[in-house]
Amino acid sequence: MTTDATSAKKLVAVSAGLSQPSSTRLLADRLAEATVADLADRGVDAELTVIDLRDLAHDITNNLITGFPSTALQAAIDAVTTADGLIAVTPIFTASYSGLFKSFFDVIDNTALTGLPTLIAATGGTPRHSLALDHALRPLFSYLRAPVLPTSVFAATEDWGSGSADDGFPTLPDRIRRAAGELAAVVAVSTRSTEVKDPFDLDASFSPVGGYGAQ
Amino acid sequence: MQFGIFTVGDVTTDPTNNTTPTENERIKAILTIAQKAEEVGLDVFALGEHHNEPFVPSSPTTMLGYVAAKTEKLLLSTATTLITTNDPVKIAEDYAMLQHVADGRVDLMMGRGNTGPVYPWFGKDIRQGIPLAIENYALLRRLWDEKVVDWEGQFRTPLQGFTSTPRPLDDVAPFVWHGSIRSPEIAEQAAYYGDGFFANHIFWPKEHFARLVNYYRQRFEHYGHGRADQAYVGLGGQVFMAKNSQDAVNRFRPYFDKAPVYGHGPSLEDFTSQTPLTVGSPQEVIDRTLGFRETFGDYQRQLFLMDHAGLPLKTVLEQLDLLGELVVPVLRKEMDALRPAHVPDGPTHQSEIERMAARRTAKAVQDADAQSAVAAEAARSGSAAAHTGAAFGLQGA
Repeated sequence: MTTDATSAKKLVAVSAGLSQPSSTRLLADRLAEATVADLADRGVDAELTVIDLRDLAHDITNNLITGFPSTALQAAIDAVTTADGLIAVTPIFTASYSGLFKSFFDVIDNTALTGLPTLIAATGGTPRHSLALDHALRPLFSYLRAPVLPTSVFAATEDWGSGSADDGFPTLPDRIRRAAGELAAVVAVSTRSTEVKDPFDLDASFSPVGGYGAQ
Repeated sequence: MQFGIFTVGDVTTDPTNNTTPTENERIKAILTIAQKAEEVGLDVFALGEHHNEPFVPSSPTTMLGYVAAKTEKLLLSTATTLITTNDPVKIAEDYAMLQHVADGRVDLMMGRGNTGPVYPWFGKDIRQGIPLAIENYALLRRLWDEKVVDWEGQFRTPLQGFTSTPRPLDDVAPFVWHGSIRSPEIAEQAAYYGDGFFANHIFWPKEHFARLVNYYRQRFEHYGHGRADQAYVGLGGQVFMAKNSQDAVNRFRPYFDKAPVYGHGPSLEDFTSQTPLTVGSPQEVIDRTLGFRETFGDYQRQLFLMDHAGLPLKTVLEQLDLLGELVVPVLRKEMDALRPAHVPDGPTHQSEIERMAARRTAKAVQDADAQSAVAAEAARSGSAAAHTGAAFGLQGA
């Protein structure tokens, strides 16, 4: 099966890692690669954009203060809101997503992620933080009406040195593959990136003189 | 084209000397600034309306009434009048009264307000912001345009046989602008009524407002008020000047860095490149403002924000001198020369008298056409035609 460039699915990975190099960015890259590979197996081309929030940290703060995004931040927001699939990865700070991660999603219109298939992932020092994915990230995206895939991926520092699945438990690469497969399955059939949204499309019930009592 | 200033009336500490004006000092300063606007040759002074600290203008018509008495030519306006939380009956009365006091030198700009708790403080629900703006304005329009009004709506107790007094001067309501930062519903409303649309413009990139203004222009044409380029567009702007550009930057930076709206955020350089804020020489302000015309098309009113962020009165008055002496005369000449003849100038009471008369004539012609179409149809339908014709006064014609 062949696909032309215009029908390529748009996949965006957002990493809120702060250090360089960053294990959060590393996890985002691994998830993105696995998803692109899975899509390729399905005969679907993907166009991948990776966004490092570190590069936009000042712009995000300025947007919180002034109410509008810089050109660079607007480009990142546009990429996320018009994607067919999102991979959202944050370090776990103080029992939750990082402030930068949250601030980025705070400056996006709260209806703009509706219907966006989202794979959530996080990094942390120890596996004991892994449930932050389910008590912090999952409700955040549920609020934004972005369907969150069942498998989320947590990478503790020790996971980067774990061996093969001899003991029968899935390793980080196994979990990455499973999550990427779930995301690829929905991205493959998404038409989200081709939908045209008219920002001036008024609700059908809107009347410039009011709906009630405007005799 | 009309040029003027608008103020939100904030009481802000001057960050360079840590002094804060009292409410009384700030109110008197605003009144002085308004009179200065006329003195330096500006056309418009527009006053905000707020019901929360640190803003003082809660009662705009009281202040504008004073300015009306102290000036002769200055057009008095608002920026904005809260159409959501004010009773439209009181707006109708207050501004018709101001129209008489000021001999017609009055128009208004409708807005929804920027402070959430003002809604519940005035017994309203912020989630109804747009429906309130739509319904309240529909009532306001009728109170000005019709002498006796029966009304029933969702948000206000009904009215039976109510006449708002005084009637608008010469039976022509003040011109109305609708201000909005992001809502296409408000642009649609402005277009529907053939009213003006004001893009605040100052705190956001121009591309955003250009889309909203273009939408308003298209809808203005759609509703049959004229061509898109004949719609009434007003823009905000924000400037700080010195004869030497670097002096302007050095003098304004301490105020910019701590300004309530954007302070502690982007750098002055980033903000001036991303928004219409211009800090520099009068010539730079002229060039930038002429650029607005490139983005938005020929427009009718340019208002500058000059007194905010704790700038002392003396500085504001100096800025107004520069604006009136070196900037506005050049802009007025350039903009008026560039504007095609079919595009209207800024609206005044006199131009509104003419526009409303033309609108009435057009409507009368339309009604007469509709009537003769009915009569012609009746004439075709046989013997009953004569009676129908008589009823329309056509017998013997």
